[in-house]
Amino acid sequence: MAKITFKDLAHSYLPHPKSLADYALQKINLEFEDGAAYALLGPSGCGKSTLLNIISGILIPSEGKIFFDDKDVTYADTVKRNIAQVFQFPVVYDTMSVRKNLAFPLRNRGEDPAYIKQRVETIAKSIGMEDILDTKASGLSADAKQKISLGRGMVREDVNAILLDEPLTVIDPHVKWELRTQLKALHEEFSHTMIFVTHDQTEALTFADKVVVMNDGVVVQVGTPKELFEKPAHTFVGYFIGSPGMNIFEADVISDVVTLGDIKLKLNRKYRKLTGHIELGIRPEFIKLSDKSGDMEIDINRVEDIGYHKIVRAKHKDMHIDIIVPEDIKVTQDMKYISFDLDHIFIYEDGWLVEAKEGKSE
Amino acid sequence: MNKTVNQKAWFLVLPVFLLVAFSAVIPLMTVINYSVQDTFGNNVFSWVGLDWFEEIIHSQRMHESLGRQAMLTTIILLIEVPFGIFIALNMPKKGFWASFCLVVIALPLLIPWNVVGTIWQIFGRKDIGLLGHTLASMGIEYNYAQDVLSAWITIIVMDVWHWTSLIVLLCYAGLQSIPDAYYQAAKIDQASRWSVFRYIELPKMSGVLLIAILLRFMDSFMIYSEPFVLTGGGPGNSTTFLSIDLVNMALGQFDLGPASAYSLMYFLVVLLVSWVFFTVMTSIDKKGAV
Repeated sequence: MAKITFKDLAHSYLPHPKSLADYALQKINLEFEDGAAYALLGPSGCGKSTLLNIISGILIPSEGKIFFDDKDVTYADTVKRNIAQVFQFPVVYDTMSVRKNLAFPLRNRGEDPAYIKQRVETIAKSIGMEDILDTKASGLSADAKQKISLGRGMVREDVNAILLDEPLTVIDPHVKWELRTQLKALHEEFSHTMIFVTHDQTEALTFADKVVVMNDGVVVQVGTPKELFEKPAHTFVGYFIGSPGMNIFEADVISDVVTLGDIKLKLNRKYRKLTGHIELGIRPEFIKLSDKSGDMEIDINRVEDIGYHKIVRAKHKDMHIDIIVPEDIKVTQDMKYISFDLDHIFIYEDGWLVEAKEGKSE
Repeated sequence: MNKTVNQKAWFLVLPVFLLVAFSAVIPLMTVINYSVQDTFGNNVFSWVGLDWFEEIIHSQRMHESLGRQAMLTTIILLIEVPFGIFIALNMPKKGFWASFCLVVIALPLLIPWNVVGTIWQIFGRKDIGLLGHTLASMGIEYNYAQDVLSAWITIIVMDVWHWTSLIVLLCYAGLQSIPDAYYQAAKIDQASRWSVFRYIELPKMSGVLLIAILLRFMDSFMIYSEPFVLTGGGPGNSTTFLSIDLVNMALGQFDLGPASAYSLMYFLVVLLVSWVFFTVMTSIDKKGAV
């Protein structure tokens, strides 16, 4: 097992990249701690597969270096890196039994048969397959096959990392949840470093200790699920994570006063002079709906009751506002006012979070 | 799912049944008709029962042809199948050269059987054929018209040249359908080249390979035009395979009764071997872990 470090890593599929747009992966410095569970989260084409292929050694980055612990492995091939990978579609050796599938990586490395037997049985137990060890793999269901792929990845104790490339894509929704829980349990049991690529925020947030959010070839934030939710470092993280995502409004900020269209809000902290494209972000969870008074007058368009809370879609002039209202509060047409929780207002300059000059910002 | 039983649906099969009746069953009936009768001409037939079948079963001539046929088919399959797989494995996977190879490899398949025979007949001639002349000038004894070994080698090489492509194309299609992830996974598992072939490529190809082998078995077992044009069954009877023998009997000697019995048994042998082969191969596929 090892710590994985990216140093000034960047990748372009073009031989002579000219602008930043030519990069599939813009320059990043990142560290994956040993034994932690990471999720690489982002929409399709954001560069997460590129990043994964660089870790696994399928792709050599055009710039920068990648280290496993202190060893430079930028040019080392997949075998030398000693990693395991689980692919989007289950890869099993059809003609082999489940047992032989699990033993295959160990057998190829010439391990002792007694050790292989013991190790295969441990893993089979963890993935709940000890009863069907001698069944042929080809006849099994997709999720069972994916479990075998996963088991084959974990059967080697010394792997540096297990890479999971959207492994739950072909799994039925009701099994997905079970498999995800199992994955988490396996991580706790064996504490391999795991890197899980996905575009599904629920998968990422439930699986990972730390989530790496990517967009357009840029790592926009690395943090715990809680951090991503409570303090998005980029407007992209704000609206990509959360359901519905963060409300983002065009704004003007002068010191501690924010202008939102025709409304002015006084914040509890001051900002430096901002120059770029300024936006204000607030999560729907931190907006309060009221029938008496508030910071802003709104018209309710629609109320979506999703069981554990209600999502109110509202409008103020041409601003669209999402509000989350607790299930026990009845939404009426008289509720025409909203107020913002000042502690959860964030100011973004050209997409990136701006820290306040003074005063707290939690 | 609950299916509605409707016996009237059988009528929907009727057109196909009639078509098959005219194209296959009725001609076959003629053969069956001949196989149980004898004639001395003038359209006078007499019933002989299964006499012709008995005669053919005990005829040394048929045994020898069958032996030659079995040997030829075995040799051809043993060469073409591994060779075809080998070529398919080594062909480029994509790009210009992939298309180029496919076109070149498919070419022999487009040539009619008797033309292939003619090509090799001329190619192997000592006076005007490139192959025959080259071998002769190198001092190698080669004459497919007089020497049994030369004749057999020429027929086998000719068939390999003509038909390996079919196996290559089918295997190539099977190989192309294997996702890259399998190769990457095998690499991560440190599988050897042999393991990759044995556990990934061969299982994924097995379906098309089964069809390829079946087709090659049937075709080679019924081979006629190529050896007929090349050697005419000679030297002596050394390349008289089943179909050549059958044609000699039916059209050369005009022994229609025995020839009919012969062809029916020929047909049954092909059918039987194909069926056994198919059943065995598919049951291996379904069998438990290896």
